[in-house]
Amino acid sequence: MLKKTLTALALGSALLAGQAMAADYVIDKQGQHAFVNFKISHLGYSWLWGTFKDFDGTFSFDAAKPEASKVSVTLKTASLDSNHAERDKHLRGEDFLNVAKHPTATFESTSVKSTGEGTADITGNLTLNGVTKPVVIAAKFLGEGDDPWGGYRAGFEGSTTLKLKDFDIKMDLGPASQTVDLIISVEGVRQ
Amino acid sequence: MQWRNTSRNYGLTSILLHWIGALAVFGLFGLGLWMVGLNYYSSWYRTAPNIHKSIGILLFLLMLVRLLWRFLSAGPAPLASHGAAIRLMTRLGHGLLYLGIFAVMLSGYLISTADGRPISVFGWFEVPALLTSIPNQEDVAGLVHEYLAWGLVILAGLHGLAALKHHFIDRDPTLLRMFGRADA
Repeated sequence: MLKKTLTALALGSALLAGQAMAADYVIDKQGQHAFVNFKISHLGYSWLWGTFKDFDGTFSFDAAKPEASKVSVTLKTASLDSNHAERDKHLRGEDFLNVAKHPTATFESTSVKSTGEGTADITGNLTLNGVTKPVVIAAKFLGEGDDPWGGYRAGFEGSTTLKLKDFDIKMDLGPASQTVDLIISVEGVRQ
Repeated sequence: MQWRNTSRNYGLTSILLHWIGALAVFGLFGLGLWMVGLNYYSSWYRTAPNIHKSIGILLFLLMLVRLLWRFLSAGPAPLASHGAAIRLMTRLGHGLLYLGIFAVMLSGYLISTADGRPISVFGWFEVPALLTSIPNQEDVAGLVHEYLAWGLVILAGLHGLAALKHHFIDRDPTLLRMFGRADA
């Protein structure tokens, strides 16, 4: 009797072990192992990089069923930093992100489509500068596993390109700078 | 004309400090208003703010000289026709103008130096960043700078109107003194 139960348990575990479970993750804000960076062309002569320093998010992910994944991120637009006080002040103002009126930007995924081994297109609604539009983030699963401190983590990178005018950003920076790239890298801690 | 003030007139030093200062304050205000509306591709987009900051720093130095001079050379005596109330309002108004000018200059300085960058004064010398730890420094300083600048310009306008009132309505030498012509 005991042997049968143990065998059943062993078989059951073996079956389950091959399958990752769908899990909920919180983006690691405490250790800041997450970055939302942006880059935009300056006059067509160089790249201007910046980052949003303050954001929270969660995702749920199952490596066996990637298309059931979900992502939700809220960022504080005033936390942008492009390493130049006068520029950052201008970016927070009415010409650009109007952070006094729109202090947060959010992304809520609506669907995920697998595009290959470990890659997917995440479609979701981006609300930026008070405008909500669907965007697609090209994402890549980087890995998951135990960390040395008793936790379990999973990480992704993703990118998308936004048209400034799509989000009502008033300032025209010239023909080379109509779009901005978002380059994202997040690590989540499993809950 | 003499450099020092007399009991009835301002001297050349005070006169120059006053009118150059007034020109700078109103000029910087107009320049500031105009420059923030400039389009990214305007040839003045970078030049105008550089001029604004440079003159602002030079004005700061001028104001320091002015403060020093004020303590070294007392101004002319209050007019006999000016009672206690006018003397009080005068001290208040002038004091607020001094405070206002320094506050506007300080807040402006704190915008540009918030990231640790110095301010270059016409390429002659640089003023280093001394305070960078205020949260949201460039934004807070920016708001303060904008609002105080408006307040200052309005107060300075009232100051000018008051001088005209003294000259044309009261017919006393207040305005003339600031030209060194009270004995004319």
